[in-house]
Amino acid sequence: MSDQPPPPVAVPDERLPFAERYALWQRGGGIATPLATAVVAFAMGGLVVLATGHNPLQTYRGIFDGSGLNWLFPWVTGAARQTAAFNLQETGLLMIPLILTGLAVAFAFRCGLFNIGGQGQYIVGIVTGTQIGVWLASLPGPLHIVIAVTAATLAGAVWGGIAGFLRATVGAHEVISTIMLNWIAIWVGSYLIGFGGPFQDHSQPGVPVSRPIAMNAHLPVFWGNPLLQGLDIGFFVALGMLVLYWLVLRRTTLGFEVRAVGFSPDAAANSGIKVARSYFLAMAISGGFAGLAGALDILGWQFRLDVTTIQIASQIAFTGIAVALLGRTTAIGTFLAGVLFAGLVNGTSTANLDPSVFPPQLAGNLTTIIQGLVVLFVGADVLILYVWNLRRKARVRRAAPPAAAAVAE
Amino acid sequence: MADATPVLELRGITKRFPGVLANDAVDFDLRRGEIHALLGENGAGKSTLMNILYGLYRADAGDVLLAGRRVSFSSAKDAIRAGIGMVHQHFMLIPVMTVAENVVLGNEPVVSGVFLDERNAAARVRELSERFALAVEPVARIDKISVGQQQRVEILKALYRRADILILDEPTAVLTPQEASDLFAILRTLVGDGMSIVFISHKLNEVLEIADRITVLRRGRAIETVPAAGATPASLARGMVGREVLLRVEKRPATPGDTLLAVEDLHVRDDRDLETVRGLSLQVRAGEIVGLAGIDGNGQTELVEAIVGLRRPTDGRVGVAGDDVTGARPKHLIDVGVGHIPQDRHRRGLVLDFSVAENLSLHDYRKAPESRFGWLWPHRIVARARTLIREYDIRGGGPSTAAGSLSGGNQQKVVIAREIAAEPQVLVAAQPTRGLDVGAIEYVHRRLVEQRDAGAGVLLVSLELEEIRSLSDRILVVYEGRIVGEYPPETSEEELGLAMTGGGRRTEQVPA
Repeated sequence: MSDQPPPPVAVPDERLPFAERYALWQRGGGIATPLATAVVAFAMGGLVVLATGHNPLQTYRGIFDGSGLNWLFPWVTGAARQTAAFNLQETGLLMIPLILTGLAVAFAFRCGLFNIGGQGQYIVGIVTGTQIGVWLASLPGPLHIVIAVTAATLAGAVWGGIAGFLRATVGAHEVISTIMLNWIAIWVGSYLIGFGGPFQDHSQPGVPVSRPIAMNAHLPVFWGNPLLQGLDIGFFVALGMLVLYWLVLRRTTLGFEVRAVGFSPDAAANSGIKVARSYFLAMAISGGFAGLAGALDILGWQFRLDVTTIQIASQIAFTGIAVALLGRTTAIGTFLAGVLFAGLVNGTSTANLDPSVFPPQLAGNLTTIIQGLVVLFVGADVLILYVWNLRRKARVRRAAPPAAAAVAE
Repeated sequence: MADATPVLELRGITKRFPGVLANDAVDFDLRRGEIHALLGENGAGKSTLMNILYGLYRADAGDVLLAGRRVSFSSAKDAIRAGIGMVHQHFMLIPVMTVAENVVLGNEPVVSGVFLDERNAAARVRELSERFALAVEPVARIDKISVGQQQRVEILKALYRRADILILDEPTAVLTPQEASDLFAILRTLVGDGMSIVFISHKLNEVLEIADRITVLRRGRAIETVPAAGATPASLARGMVGREVLLRVEKRPATPGDTLLAVEDLHVRDDRDLETVRGLSLQVRAGEIVGLAGIDGNGQTELVEAIVGLRRPTDGRVGVAGDDVTGARPKHLIDVGVGHIPQDRHRRGLVLDFSVAENLSLHDYRKAPESRFGWLWPHRIVARARTLIREYDIRGGGPSTAAGSLSGGNQQKVVIAREIAAEPQVLVAAQPTRGLDVGAIEYVHRRLVEQRDAGAGVLLVSLELEEIRSLSDRILVVYEGRIVGEYPPETSEEELGLAMTGGGRRTEQVPA
């Protein structure tokens, strides 16, 4: 063995799978990296705003106000405070699925798996939650809610578990299988509540929508008007899941195994950890988080499921990927990234963004741009390190005389 | 013999990496026609020094002089042009190309301006290989020839580029004893022809055998430069480590007891579905170290994996203390008392991103007091780690340090602490000192002998014959997936080397 000194910058092997590169990025540096990632993404988004002839600072200010986060400032009073509260409740409602689908990605990541199936798992969760909410109307409210939420979580777990099972047994890559399962979920869900589908509301045969869930299955609202989408207790469930996520990873043998497998399947196997079992459980638990997100959305404020939710709105699970990555798959990071993206999505919505500042129909795209940039930067660590290395080499070359070969004294 | 004018001189070379002073004002000179060994532990700065000479790194201070003239290389290309050739530890050859193509690569003879003149290339390679007795077939493909021959191709590459200074970085690490002695003969021919050679190594015996002078590096500093004649392994080891080192393992004669590990007629297939263990049988008794000697790739890896449960044998039987554990899972084998020091500690031995404490608990996390009913008690894991860190002298960090940031020797101590703390009946140690320096090797050997004396059966799998001979109570030679002979530890390296290549006297399987 030779005595290689630690090179100043580790150049990662470009063939590393994404999950491993991500692990490297995660080791990279504390909270500085995600902060820098967010700042650069916002700066580039600002350039886009500038290119459309608007003022980026004013636009971001408008988005911030639109998200309702200005409610946290005590000097916002009167009618502005009323609006801010309403906006913040909406942002809070958005945080629920973002945090939970973020955890669905984060937990799998800790096991070295890339769960792109949050959308499908969310859909099976929301369909299951809806139908249980429609049925069992005679049950007392709390019990009804618990059953609906549990069933949806289990449905998501099964959906994620299928991908985990395939990975564990035949080695089918979870990225491929979860994407395929997404489409299965989308079209099965669309069939179930679509025209003539078994779960469609037969009282309005012209509308592809489910029957409304029973009143006793509605989640209690703790802030705001229940009729105007106030913030429901699902918010605390999501926060609780963040704590649970941390506890499972750090305080259980299951989490220990998942992390060991995520870092090094070979060393884990050598220590008697069943790698296949960890893959299956990690995907099932991930799917459970996403399924739970679906249930809380339907029981919290949607109350009836339409085909658009299944086909379009479920894509919020993809934003969950950005949440998990920016949050570095930590509980606290996922929470903060959840606040950021929920604020962005809500602050750029047509209803909330002041049209005199920036046209809201463009603003939604701004969110997508920033989200895309975040994912890009997280995945671009190799590129960044490569550029860093080039710079170092260039410096060395400058220090060396240009006629390099042999310089006589 | 070497004359006194240095063809190469390094004066006061200093190189700093963040947090490490890799070279500290190192002086080094190479005379025409000599072999000058650069000896040092891992991390002593040998490769850094040579990479500076070869233009891969720039020194922070100091001068490089070639034949008395100051030079400055900014890339390997400059070094090559100045007549320096380097044979890296990991060969820089293209496997699908022929020997000749590899040799001329970068400086190809061409016809009509663009086409490779293959005939001319082959002829020139043949001429060089005959002149320097570097037997290798120019038209053979690299992936079809042996490692020893590949190394010759690397040397030919340097000769083809008219190098008169050759740097060899740990050249014998990949060779069999026979190939190594062939290499030494080649090197002597080369220096006889006026070549000057820098020979980088951490092996004392081979340096004493081949070198004219020896420079010892320790923690980036040149400790001494001595003529090989008159130096002893003990004096060199003291220079390398900075203290007296026990080179021979001190141990009492073995007092073997009952058979603890019994492998019977085992057949195992590798990842490519080739049968690499083909009817292998062996026994390890309590209180003995059995050394398994063999050239890499003769089934050792698959045998070890089958014993520790990582690979399912296709046929045969593995027994531990009388219980049949054939095809059992790793967890079961850990539970019945099989310890495993894997050959690749980075891949299998440690979770590098886990803390030292977590790595020390990789087996025990599922048991009380570390956990109860699936609930983990991290502070108990840390408390246990503190004890083990003290007991096993793990340095370079505490319980929460990432295992990946420890030095190789201390990483291996973590593995050993974990495996030995489980008080195994059978300890399978696969290349337990690979890549470790003299001090760490001494430590590992001492621990293995301790386990033997405590009544464990130790199966030592190693490619280092010196290690096998100094530690083992019995030596088994494996060749093509079978045991081809049993030898006492006093057997000479030559005899073992012969057996390892399939040419040894065949002894009957000894039913232990």
